[in-house]
Amino acid sequence: MSAAREAAVQRLHDLAVAAGGAPLPAANDGLTALSVPREGLLGLLASLRDDPQLGFRLFLDVTAVDWSGSEPRFEVVYHVYSLDLRMRVRVKTRCSERDLHVPSIVTVYPGAEYFEREVFDMFGIAFDGHPDLRRILMPEEYEHHPLRKDFPREGIEPEKVYRLRGGPMMPRPPGAEAIPGAGSTTP
Amino acid sequence: MTSQTSTVPQGDLRTEVMTLNMGPQHPSTHGVLQVVLKLDGEVVIDLEPEIGYLHRGKEKHAEHMTYQQWFAMTDRLDYLSPLQNEICYAMAVEQLCGIEVPEKAQATRVVLAECMRLTAHLIYYACVALEIGAVTPYFLAFREREDLFDLLDELTGLRTNQEFVRFGGVKAEIPADLARRLKEWADRFPSCVDEYELLITGNRIWYDRARNIGVLNTAQALALGLTGPNLRATGCAHDLRKAEPYCGYEKYDFEIPVGTVGDVYDRYLVRMEEMRQSARIISQALAAMPAGEHIARDYRHVLPPKDRVYRSMEELIYQFKIVTDMRPPRGEVYQAIEAGKGELGMYVISDGGPRPYRVHVRAPSFANMIALKPICVGRLISDVVPIVGSIDFVMGECDR
Repeated sequence: MSAAREAAVQRLHDLAVAAGGAPLPAANDGLTALSVPREGLLGLLASLRDDPQLGFRLFLDVTAVDWSGSEPRFEVVYHVYSLDLRMRVRVKTRCSERDLHVPSIVTVYPGAEYFEREVFDMFGIAFDGHPDLRRILMPEEYEHHPLRKDFPREGIEPEKVYRLRGGPMMPRPPGAEAIPGAGSTTP
Repeated sequence: MTSQTSTVPQGDLRTEVMTLNMGPQHPSTHGVLQVVLKLDGEVVIDLEPEIGYLHRGKEKHAEHMTYQQWFAMTDRLDYLSPLQNEICYAMAVEQLCGIEVPEKAQATRVVLAECMRLTAHLIYYACVALEIGAVTPYFLAFREREDLFDLLDELTGLRTNQEFVRFGGVKAEIPADLARRLKEWADRFPSCVDEYELLITGNRIWYDRARNIGVLNTAQALALGLTGPNLRATGCAHDLRKAEPYCGYEKYDFEIPVGTVGDVYDRYLVRMEEMRQSARIISQALAAMPAGEHIARDYRHVLPPKDRVYRSMEELIYQFKIVTDMRPPRGEVYQAIEAGKGELGMYVISDGGPRPYRVHVRAPSFANMIALKPICVGRLISDVVPIVGSIDFVMGECDR
């Protein structure tokens, strides 16, 4: 590891501590990983991007992990890249099921817009300050969050299946058959 | 209004914004993308890509499959370059388990990955030309693509969705005769690219339709998370094969083409040059194929040779254990490779069990989709089709 990188890692650790977080032990891929409370997230990412020594200007990825059974339950994971240092960094923040929101980073990295919509869609985590927080992959009227651990693999068929032009979604009439094949339970 | 039909009174002229649905069955949307356009006359004032028509829940499936089983799923992400997805996933799990991949396997992977880049870029070239009305390039591109697929078919047994990569290496080495023909093909291919370029690069219609259309500068592209040829077209020479070489890319002599303006034309030029460079890499890798094993020897994570499985009890047991109950140690890995469309990342988390705890695919097609709105708004509706084509995405990977 070059001297510039070592200095950068030290700087990253300092920034994480200043934002109220802590450096995380290195994972199998050797990436520098930081944990930060959600209050400090925006400030930390903005300084990662703007710090002349770091320059993490390339936005890569936002995703979430459902650590079902532990508290706080959800973990939102960010990856950004620095072209100057040729280095990736991972930033993690946690949020609990009762208080399911984290700040949106769209103001810092506009590219996060669709990724945050996907996390909202799949996990139900709300992003404060997001310009257009809607579902992106699942239908807009869907009521579940598929990547949560308590969502069954075979899926849940939506209750509401009809929509008259311009109107609200209608519930399925009693006695009507479910869509053939949908939600079938193959092991 | 009876006597004044010749002059329209000022107050009566009224325009309204029209909503136009492009797709999901539009031929230029490469699968099932719907773009909802808001038009003021012919000018696009707002645009919203509606994605998710091809969402199959691949990340959810991963949590219910063994590590070995999910290989079949990776092929169907970016189905134009399946082997690159396999390589990325294999590298992620290899990092989790700490498997050392032999040099020969790495060189074979380089050959396969560059073949995939070529097939994907050939599709791009064929489609982007077709979308502006040039039909001939389509047939020329498919001529070479089919030749390449015939060779890959011979190696892997399948035309697409090959499933040829294994944890620790590849399924088989490239036979000497096939390697010779593949190298001949790669040596011949740059002259084919010349032929492609002759058709449309200097063509006045293509130039006028593509130059200064859909412009993005480097700072915008970085903030939007664009990678791959779309980023390089803005003049930023970021390529993971050079920036953080994997699979031994540092051993090969190749160049990173970059654009100057970041418009549709630059994205086209960058991809055309990348094809020549990929052919160079394939030639070099085949010419200097290292000796040795094509797959690692690691009885805990790597499938034993098939002939031994049939004849030996030990290997049969290991094969069974690896397929049904391989348990990488607890940990997490973000593995990125330079796929044809940009940085393909696989974020794999293991809790020590036989199934991944979480797999997330950082799909370049999904990330590049965000650029559509800022570069289309304010342009004419006829520019939307070349712009959509030049961003180059595959919906299978975008929707996962």
